[in-house]
Amino acid sequence: MKRIALLGMPNTGKSTLFNRLSGASARVGNWPGITVDLMSAKILIGGHIAELVDLPGLYDLHGFSDDEQVVRHFLANNSVDLVMIVLNSSQIDRQLSLALQIRALGLPALLLLNMQDEAKRSGISIDIDEMSRQLGLPVASISAKYGDGCPQALQLAARHLEHQRAPISASEISSKLEADTQLEQQMEHIVKQAVQMPLQLTDRLTERIDRVLLHPWLGLPLFFGAMYLLFQFIFTVGAPLQEGVAWLLDLIRSDVLEPLTASLPAWLHGLLLDGIYDGVGTVAAFVPIIVLFFLVMTMVEDSGYMSRAAFLMDALMARVGLDGRSFVMVLMGFGCNVPALMGTRVMRSRGMRLLTMMVIPLSLCSARLQVFVFMSAILFTTEQAPLVVFSMYLMSFVTIFLTALIFKGKMRSSEPFILEMPPYRFPTAKQIVLRGWLEVRHFLNRASKFIIFGVVMVWALTNFPSGVPAASEATYAGQIGQFFLPILEPIGIDAKLAIALIFGFVAKEIVVGALAVIYGLQGEALELLMAQQLDWVQGVSFMLFTLIYTPCLSTIATMRSESKSVGYTVLALGWSLLLAWVVSFIFYQSARALGF
Amino acid sequence: MLNLSQLQPGESAHIHAIHAEESLFHRLNAMGFRIGKKIELVRQASFGGPVHVRLGSTDIILRLTEANRIQIARA
Repeated sequence: MKRIALLGMPNTGKSTLFNRLSGASARVGNWPGITVDLMSAKILIGGHIAELVDLPGLYDLHGFSDDEQVVRHFLANNSVDLVMIVLNSSQIDRQLSLALQIRALGLPALLLLNMQDEAKRSGISIDIDEMSRQLGLPVASISAKYGDGCPQALQLAARHLEHQRAPISASEISSKLEADTQLEQQMEHIVKQAVQMPLQLTDRLTERIDRVLLHPWLGLPLFFGAMYLLFQFIFTVGAPLQEGVAWLLDLIRSDVLEPLTASLPAWLHGLLLDGIYDGVGTVAAFVPIIVLFFLVMTMVEDSGYMSRAAFLMDALMARVGLDGRSFVMVLMGFGCNVPALMGTRVMRSRGMRLLTMMVIPLSLCSARLQVFVFMSAILFTTEQAPLVVFSMYLMSFVTIFLTALIFKGKMRSSEPFILEMPPYRFPTAKQIVLRGWLEVRHFLNRASKFIIFGVVMVWALTNFPSGVPAASEATYAGQIGQFFLPILEPIGIDAKLAIALIFGFVAKEIVVGALAVIYGLQGEALELLMAQQLDWVQGVSFMLFTLIYTPCLSTIATMRSESKSVGYTVLALGWSLLLAWVVSFIFYQSARALGF
Repeated sequence: MLNLSQLQPGESAHIHAIHAEESLFHRLNAMGFRIGKKIELVRQASFGGPVHVRLGSTDIILRLTEANRIQIARA
């Protein structure tokens, strides 16, 4: 089978193209010579099946970042029949160096000029034939976002693959990678011959938006204002959806499942309905909010605003030993901490990377958002609830700054901070929908792995040994809760909440499901009972603890594999547990002392 | 001779020299910082934050520490 590698600089739409070409067939694979996972997919090209590999984005084949090394090692250890080089047409004058580097290696290559729409808007016109003649490589112009030119590009690739002599061996590439240069003059020459570029870029819209969003005084307030509005949007649209799904699940239980399972033995009926159905159902009700959250997140990420946020926040982040990129990672962590941790690979200095990885688990991920939406709806009025959840986001920032401040002395770095600022882009509806779907799939995947397992375990612990009243102190769960009571009572957490917290260690998605199982109820009845048994001070203390103590097992595992240090992982874990307890303790005891 | 960080927003100049160790030099190079190239300082973030510069058609942000390593000659 032929192998095609997709290669390009960051922000060139390489991954968009990969998704477009691979459809939904992509999988993660292991490759000789490198330790990170790369996405690959089988695609049909010119009547043959070929393997398409998505290499990490890089600026320079000879660079020193992890990603750049990954690409070098991949090319040196795996034979490649065709390299598809994706370049951003509007930055062709700079990005062409990558194509020349690949050509210098003697690798069979095809040049794809992406974002032709953007280039056209900026007044850049590229003579494709002239460029192809100068480079001696086939060149095609495409738009990965809208799909223009993609079928033609594939045909070109297929023709190229067929008329190919024996591919260059990996070892030959390996030796060639050692030496090179003098590409620059060549590059300028080709650009001069084949590209017409206006002296001043006419991308006035980006310019105008930036003048407001990056304003010296308005920039930061606008950033926080925008965050608050997006959050309000998610909350106002998502909350009724969540109630609707919960109501529907309740109806299905009482009108369909109860009659169906009435004849089953009591324990099985209990396991299926009070355990799995109530537990998973309570979690599933949050799917609309999560999907909405990721749709908004996708728009922000793909719009190019993230690097603006890095620009605005860098001065502040520098004071606590971090930089603007750390801030972007923290924002990504609002979705899920795991990819944010992996995103720190772009940082070269180990100190900076470790410090960033230390604070990412404190960023309020979408799984924790479920717990806060759930708890605040029970304990507060409809007007107060969004404010309570928003204050959790602020608290998340506070703990991040505090943690960085405390550990910055131990994890120092003098890493240069240089970041490209792409022009604003509007993601297409297809891009957004695809991303939303991937998130739902990710959620269902986690649900089947952790949540069902978790709620069944919680159900078993709260119903055995047999013969004792469910969820009473005599059950296993009750005994575990009693055991931790001396630590958790001073922060207002009772035995029932303690069980939910213990399972929350595995994944925060389990917390809400576990509460449904522990209280033996779901929907409105669950909310009423919890409102009776807990007051708001206990509830907020529980939320604070949930916010700060470790997000989930996957995060811990990722931290371990990314840092390659058990000691560091234990330190990060221990610190989050300690901080969670201290913050909850201070809050709970002072609220009680003030008479609440 | 001026440093890049001494430019006022809206001013442009030519890159005269880059004082950086190999890895940083390489990285700046790959992002388009080359001797003789025209560079414009678009804006600076408040509280002594990074500068936003424009090189050809590429916008880049970098900290003052890095900007100080780039010598410029006014056009």
